[in-house]
Amino acid sequence: MKQTEVKIKVEDLTIAYGDFVLMKNVNFEVNKGDIFIIMGGSGCGKSSMLRALTGLVPPAKGNIWINGLNFNNASQAQKDALMQKCGILYQSGALFSSMTLAENIALPLQQYTNYSDKLIDELVSLKLALVGLKGFEEFYPSEISGGMKKRAGLARALALDPEIVYFDEPSAGLDPISSKLLDDLIVEINQSLGTTIVVVTHELSSIFAIGTNSIFLDAEAKGVIAHGNPKDLLKNPPNQKVLNFLTRGEKGNA
Amino acid sequence: MLERKIYLMLLDFDIEQNTLKVAIKGDFCRFDDEVQKEKIYAAAPKAKQILISAQDLNVWDSTALVFFYELAQIAQKNSAQLKYSNIPDNLKHMLDLALKVDRKPSRDDARAFDFLFALGNWAVGLYQSAARAMTFVSQIVTSFGRFFRGKAVMRSVDFLFALEDCSYKAIGIMSLVSFMIGLILAFVGAVQLKTFGAQIYVASLVAIGMTRIMGAIMAGVIMSGRTGASYAATIGTMQVNEEIDALKTMGIPTMDFLVLPRILSLMITMPLLTLWADLMGMFGGAFVGVVMLDISPQEYWKYSLDALNFSNFMVGIFHGFVFGIIIALCGCYYGINCGRNADSVGVATTKAVVSAIVLMIVATGIITMSLEVFGI
Repeated sequence: MKQTEVKIKVEDLTIAYGDFVLMKNVNFEVNKGDIFIIMGGSGCGKSSMLRALTGLVPPAKGNIWINGLNFNNASQAQKDALMQKCGILYQSGALFSSMTLAENIALPLQQYTNYSDKLIDELVSLKLALVGLKGFEEFYPSEISGGMKKRAGLARALALDPEIVYFDEPSAGLDPISSKLLDDLIVEINQSLGTTIVVVTHELSSIFAIGTNSIFLDAEAKGVIAHGNPKDLLKNPPNQKVLNFLTRGEKGNA
Repeated sequence: MLERKIYLMLLDFDIEQNTLKVAIKGDFCRFDDEVQKEKIYAAAPKAKQILISAQDLNVWDSTALVFFYELAQIAQKNSAQLKYSNIPDNLKHMLDLALKVDRKPSRDDARAFDFLFALGNWAVGLYQSAARAMTFVSQIVTSFGRFFRGKAVMRSVDFLFALEDCSYKAIGIMSLVSFMIGLILAFVGAVQLKTFGAQIYVASLVAIGMTRIMGAIMAGVIMSGRTGASYAATIGTMQVNEEIDALKTMGIPTMDFLVLPRILSLMITMPLLTLWADLMGMFGGAFVGVVMLDISPQEYWKYSLDALNFSNFMVGIFHGFVFGIIIALCGCYYGINCGRNADSVGVATTKAVVSAIVLMIVATGIITMSLEVFGI
């Protein structure tokens, strides 16, 4: 049997803002090469989970292990080294508006590698070409569309050949074709580079198109109420809420 | 820095009969041997055919992909044939993805620098800015018209928040700076007056200087840096977040909703803050007079009162009132005309403060000359 490598392990995770407990005792694992979906209704804590996984929100309790390192107990240097192996695509792309697309993508390469300027320029062109933005090097974020911003954000996230890429609502604000193209790109990156992908989304079409594993977060339960391949969850929903969500309320009670 | 590993890689090339043969072996990661790459890139345009053999390629990263990509681009440009042998499937997929062009950029920025074009552009820009500013002022006047007729769409809570922000919350910084200005004024005056044995007139100097103009100027400078900048940043951020678009599409006049409460509150508080600055400045002067020049408090107080007159007070307050309007107008104008990215908020804030200060100085000049003409 093929041995699976665990890239991310979440253990008894509790996230709280002051007295308000958003979720408690959450456990799950993300295997290498997975396209792992974190789904759930609005306000269930999907984005907070992503912020916790990327170290932006310290957990109130529990541990997050990434590549076998306990992220919470790690030193700042260890965290920095780990985050260089992770790429993040934010909902809006989060490109630096005062920099061209080339400068945005070159930034992590300049910061974390000893590559020559020429190689960095070549890598920037390659990354932009990979996301379908060849020739847009000198454009500013304000000069391109929302979909293109996301692609450029993805090019930046891929700059350092990350082992894990996090996506926050990649389809949000995109037309169906752009959304499909981005989904295809995620799958292509996952399959060609073996990159582990974690996607926070509630777009059903994306969930079924790309997800190989998932968790379903629920605000009332304050935690995970379903776990598994999204297609399997649709076939055998563990509860009404999941069925309701995965069928847009067409099956099961709203 | 990313961890440095020693990778075993072999990059070999050979060109014969218009065919460039490139062989890659080993672990092709972090490959940054520019010299070797440049030799191959230089040889590539001469070839009619490029053959890349990747037998025994173990692992690869973006530096390998970028090498293949550059070679493929050279081949494309020179209509040369590109052939791969034993290239890993995933590497081939990524290469195909990079070579597939979804959309070509379209931007006409190839115009060479042309002096007349630049001059014309500048003149048009200047005209448009002036027209925008005039439109803004006329919209404010209309908005005030609606306000006095009781028809302005202004929430009282917004007005109270604005009033709170530019009233007692500004007292601390206003007191400190004005006290120091009074103190400096007394110091500078005392040095000269002492030579004539006329240091007692420090009290008159500070009282007249602070009440007639310095109090108002200091209040204006502080409030433009504090409140004017805040107006530009707040409204500019609303522009970035499309909140101003939302107001417009809801049919709510932005002038009534955003600008009016801010102008009104500064029109009310600036004269009061000027008075406070006058008082604090006089305390600063008294501190120097009493502690350093050995003038008794009673004496200092008497000379200050003698120097004060109603018209000086009113001139200072009038300056404060005008400065309040200028600060609010500049802050709101640059906020509303802010661009749509994070940078433009910074630019709007800077412009609001600089313009307010310049306009305050210009206004002071105009008011002073006018008062001179009227003999006040």
